[in-house]
Amino acid sequence: MLQPGRIALHVVLIAGGFFMLAPLLWMLSTSLKEPGDIFIYPPQWIPDPVVWQNYLKTVSIMPFGRFYFNSVVQAAGVTVLQLLTSSLAAFAFARLRFRGRDLLFLLYLGTMMIPFPVTMIPNFIVVRLLGWIDTFKALILPPAFSAFSTFLLRQYFLSLPIELDDAAYVDGASSFRIWWQILLPLTGPAVATLAIFTFLGQWNNFLWPLIVTNSEHMRTLPVGLAAFQGQYRVEWHLLMAGSVIALVPVLAIYIIGQKWFVRGITLTGMGGR
Amino acid sequence: MEHEGPKGVKDTKHETREVRGREGISTGPSRLRASRASAPSALRDPEPRNPAYERRLRWYRWQRRYEGYFFLAPNITGFLLFTAFPVIASLALSMFRWDLLTPPVYVGAAQFRELLFTDPQFARVALNTFYFTFGTVPLRVILSLALALALNQGLRGTTAYRVVYFMPVVTSLVAAALVFQWIFNGNFGILNTFLRNLGDLFGLRISPPDWLNSTRWSMPAVMILNLWKNVGFTMVIYLAGLQAVPQELYEAAEVDGGGAWAKFRHITLPMVSPTTFFVVIMSLIWAFQVFEEAYIMTKGGPAFATTTLVYYIYLNAFRWSRMGKAAALAWLLFAVIFIFTFFQVRMQRRWVHYEAERE
Repeated sequence: MLQPGRIALHVVLIAGGFFMLAPLLWMLSTSLKEPGDIFIYPPQWIPDPVVWQNYLKTVSIMPFGRFYFNSVVQAAGVTVLQLLTSSLAAFAFARLRFRGRDLLFLLYLGTMMIPFPVTMIPNFIVVRLLGWIDTFKALILPPAFSAFSTFLLRQYFLSLPIELDDAAYVDGASSFRIWWQILLPLTGPAVATLAIFTFLGQWNNFLWPLIVTNSEHMRTLPVGLAAFQGQYRVEWHLLMAGSVIALVPVLAIYIIGQKWFVRGITLTGMGGR
Repeated sequence: MEHEGPKGVKDTKHETREVRGREGISTGPSRLRASRASAPSALRDPEPRNPAYERRLRWYRWQRRYEGYFFLAPNITGFLLFTAFPVIASLALSMFRWDLLTPPVYVGAAQFRELLFTDPQFARVALNTFYFTFGTVPLRVILSLALALALNQGLRGTTAYRVVYFMPVVTSLVAAALVFQWIFNGNFGILNTFLRNLGDLFGLRISPPDWLNSTRWSMPAVMILNLWKNVGFTMVIYLAGLQAVPQELYEAAEVDGGGAWAKFRHITLPMVSPTTFFVVIMSLIWAFQVFEEAYIMTKGGPAFATTTLVYYIYLNAFRWSRMGKAAALAWLLFAVIFIFTFFQVRMQRRWVHYEAERE
């Protein structure tokens, strides 16, 4: 087993892995330093003394609790709405027959290639006209109806045998019940994956929340962090503490459920976008 | 051909399918379906004058015909409102000048003409975007394929490597951009310290660039952040592609005396070409839309050196209140994405190998 080729590969992979991890470790390290220790040479990887105080200070300067709350509400709201409505629509596209179905589906497909900035501007204008700036309505509703998840779920529904539906219809089930009790449970893994990535994508979403929020108390984590940067440009210990605060929950979930993330990508070919 | 199957069984199945299709009804209680399949209407219903049955039948038919719209309704309402309508609206908007305060002024195609031929900033921004895209996408594809190949060798600790390389994908880009801004700091950044130490090691005096304040080096810094963040994602897609390559092919190649390079060149590369096709298209689409990296790390600077197309759209719409111009820019972005995707799809026959086409 100890072939030189394999050892060389390990060396390369470990070196590469160091470059992947180093920024995150450096972030953590800086976040625990005294301001005076940040600029010293040679740089310290392990802070001495360890200043947990930075975190308290960061949280007291910026309402990170509120940012968290906003981010959770926004990401969860979009995810739930999106999965629910998309899977209903996907069921209709995959299993039901009605006039104009294929044309409507084509319309969905047609918009999938259109980049976000195209729809962003009219959506912003509408949201502004409606007086939705700085509301959860603006944060949640526009991103919640994605053609992509409808398309994806439709493909999954199509891969399930139609005989399942037929058998249930014979037993007197309604279409709604077939959707809820037969097809949805069977697409469980796909739906779970879609949920993870929708949530992650929204959690890290930046541009839309940036333009529809003005006041501090409606900012999501990424937007709050960016605003924090605007005010404390060179106070790296605080900025890094804020970044760690924003990252920890997602990284924790990722490390616990990393199998799901990886499986999800290979299932759907999508990511946190 | 159809009569070759088990007698009767297959045929009836075909028949009912056909009937279903013709009537525009996909499914329904089998009782109703069976009755529909046979003969004249007077004879069709087993209980012709039972009003309760008639009502139920009508209800079923109504339901079958219209319930699709009910399932579609919640999603399509949002879709029309927040996707379909804005697409049309932004196309219309792109022909106006509008600052949201005074009434919009129609200028028609002049807006596009100005952007394409007289706006020096646009030319700069377009160039930056292409620079970024063609600087990152090839590297990203090569690096992620190399990583996937390395992780596909059944090495010890593969899972651990995968977890580490994928980690940046789940981190928030804003937080990542903040730490990279700190890393790229010209005087105290850890990267430059590292580079200087590396130079000392070889007895060289290196003076590394002030990355983010240099018109020359700020874009490479943005690219490095982007690669760091995304390479793990494409790596995982490649891993899935690699795992689908049949082992027999490699065994056959070994029998024929093929070396590692020959196996890679003549088996792996063609077999993962559909994955490569997907990865290239998606990476291009995402790269053309790069924004946050520059917004956080460089604010588009210095001197517009890292202002990308989407950043320019953002500036026009939300800093300078030029809604029409921003919409026009967004459509130009779409045009670029469309053209590149279109050519990729057209070119795929030349280099993408699909198993199904072998026969």
